[in-house]
Amino acid sequence: MAIAIRRVTKRFGEFVAVDNVSLAIASGSLTALLGPSGSGKSTLLRIIAGLEHPDEGDVSIHGEDATGLPPQERGVGFVFQHYAAFKHMSVRDNVAFALKIRKRPRDEIRDRVGELLRLVQLEGLANRYPSQLSGGQRQRMALARALAAEPRVLLLDEPFGALDARVRKELRAWLRRLHEEVPVTTVLVTHDQEEAMDVADRVAVMNEGRVEQTGKPRDLYEHPANEFVMSFVGPAHRLGEAWIRPHDLEVRQEPNGTSTEAMVERVVHLGFEVRAELVLGDGRRVSAQVTRNEADELELREGQIVFVRPSRTHVFSAVATPPGHS
Amino acid sequence: MAARLGLRFAALGYLAALLAFPVGLVFWRTFEDGLGPVWNAATNPEALHALWLTVLIALIAVPANTIFGVICALVIVRDRFRGKTLLNALVDLPFALSPVVIGLALYLVYARTGWFGGWLVDHGINVIFALPGMILATIFVSLPFVVRETVPVLREIGTEQEEAAWTLGASPLTAFFRVTLPAIRWGVTYGIVLTTARAIGEFGAVSIVSGSIAGRTETLTLHVQQRFQGFDLTGAYTASVELALLALITLLFMTLLRKETPVGDSDSPGDETLR
Repeated sequence: MAIAIRRVTKRFGEFVAVDNVSLAIASGSLTALLGPSGSGKSTLLRIIAGLEHPDEGDVSIHGEDATGLPPQERGVGFVFQHYAAFKHMSVRDNVAFALKIRKRPRDEIRDRVGELLRLVQLEGLANRYPSQLSGGQRQRMALARALAAEPRVLLLDEPFGALDARVRKELRAWLRRLHEEVPVTTVLVTHDQEEAMDVADRVAVMNEGRVEQTGKPRDLYEHPANEFVMSFVGPAHRLGEAWIRPHDLEVRQEPNGTSTEAMVERVVHLGFEVRAELVLGDGRRVSAQVTRNEADELELREGQIVFVRPSRTHVFSAVATPPGHS
Repeated sequence: MAARLGLRFAALGYLAALLAFPVGLVFWRTFEDGLGPVWNAATNPEALHALWLTVLIALIAVPANTIFGVICALVIVRDRFRGKTLLNALVDLPFALSPVVIGLALYLVYARTGWFGGWLVDHGINVIFALPGMILATIFVSLPFVVRETVPVLREIGTEQEEAAWTLGASPLTAFFRVTLPAIRWGVTYGIVLTTARAIGEFGAVSIVSGSIAGRTETLTLHVQQRFQGFDLTGAYTASVELALLALITLLFMTLLRKETPVGDSDSPGDETLR
C-alpha cells in the first residue's frame, strides 16, 4: 500500500472533521476522495500531507510511519485549489523551487525544469509570472512544481475547483494522461462526482467525516452501499422504500400492469439524452432519463399523461449507517 | 464635469493652503539670504550632532520596529490565544497616546527616582537624559506602523503559499524568507517608510526624556525648537529643511525599490484579470 490511514480522527474544537477513518490507497493508483463540503475530505488529504495532525490514529506512506513527520519529510507533492503560486517568482523559479531547496546542481535543475515544463505544456511561458497566466496554466505550473522533487505521493486538493467548466474537462483528461505517463500514486479531493468518476480508478465517498464506501467508480454507481452513496453518486430519487436512477424508469404511452400514471411537467433536452420531469398521481416528483429517439417516439411534451414503471430499484436497510462503523 | 472640477479644486486647494504653502515658505525663508548663512547654520557642531543623532536613532529604532512589527503581525494574523484582542489594541496605544504622555511614562519608569531607573543607574546605565531613553521613546511612538501595514497583506496572502513551500521541502524559516516575506514586502516597506518618517519627526516624547542638551541629547526636531526660541531663525529653518530632506530621501528610496520590481510581479488588484 502506498498510503495506509488507520483509525484517524481530527477535531476542530467541537467539530469532528474526520471521524475514525481507515483507508488504504494502492501504489500507482489514482484515488478520488469524493464528498460534499464539510465531509472531511480536504482535512484527510491535509493529514496525509502532514499539514494537519490527527488527534488519533496514524498514517503510513510506503510502509513507513509518517504520523509524526513534518510535511518537508513526507515526500509528498501537494496542489492547492487556488494554485498557491509563488507570485514573486517566474514560472521557471516556481517549478525549480523544490530543487533549489535541495541544492541540486544548476545544470540538473535547468534540465529537470525544462522537462517538467514540457510535460505540463508550458515550455514557452517559463519567464512569465503567475499573474500573467490563465487559471488552467497556473494549475499546470503548480502540478509541475509539485512533481519536481519526484514525490512518492501526489495530493490534489480540489485542483480544478476554481476553473470554468470547459477548462475543467480539458484538465481532467490531461491529468488522466499525465497519470499514465508519470504513474505516481495520486489522491484527488473533489466534490464533483462526475470528476471523480471521470478521472479516478478508485473512489472513496466521504460524508460527515466518515468514509461511506470505497470502490471502483462503476461499483459505487451500480452497487451503492447506502442511501448517501446512492444519492451523492449520480442522480437518484426516492420512491417509497426504494431508490431509483432516472434512467431506470421506463416511460410508456399506454398503461402496463404495474405502471403508475404521471404527468410530464417539463422536458429538458440534454443533447443525446432527454430528461422528463414528472409529477406522479400522489404529487411526488421524479425525473426520467430517456434517449432522444425514445423521447421522439413517445412524443414527450409538457402536460402529457404517461405511464412509468421502475425497471431497477435499490433498497437499503432501514438506517443509513455505513458498514464497519459504530 | 463641473462637479468633478469642483472636487479637484477643493482637494488641491485644501492641500495647498494647509500643507504646501507653509512648507514652501520655510524653504523660501531658509534660502532668502543666500547659501552662506545656511551653510554656516548646517555645519555648526551642534547642528551636525543633532543631524547625526536623528539619523542614529532612526537607524536603531526602525530595524527594531520592523523585526518586532513583522513578528507581531504574524502572531496577530495566524495565532489564536486568549487576550489576542488586547494585544491588538495595545499595538495601537502609541497612536492614541500623546507623545508627551509617552515621554512622561518612560520618565516615570527609567528616571533615577523611577521604578526601574535607580537600579539601572546603579549599574552605570543612564536611560533618561541619554541616548537609550531617546531610542526607547522613538521606538514607542513609531511602533504601530509596520504592524498595521503588514497585518492586512499577511491576512490576504493566507497560509497556502507557505504550506506549498513546506511540502516542497522548505523549512519553516526558509519558507518564511523565500515565500512569505517577498509576498508581504510592500506592506512591510510602506510600514518602514512611515516608521522612518515618524522616528525622524518625533518631538514630544523625546523632548521629555532627552532633556534637550545641545550637542549631546538634541535631535534635529529639538534643535529646531531651541534655535527658534533663541531667535536664530536661520538655524531653525535650516534644520527644518534637513528634516524635510530626510523625509524626501526615505520616499525616494521606496520609489526606487518599487521600480526594480520585475514586470507582472505586482500586488495590484488587476492580478486576476488574465484568465
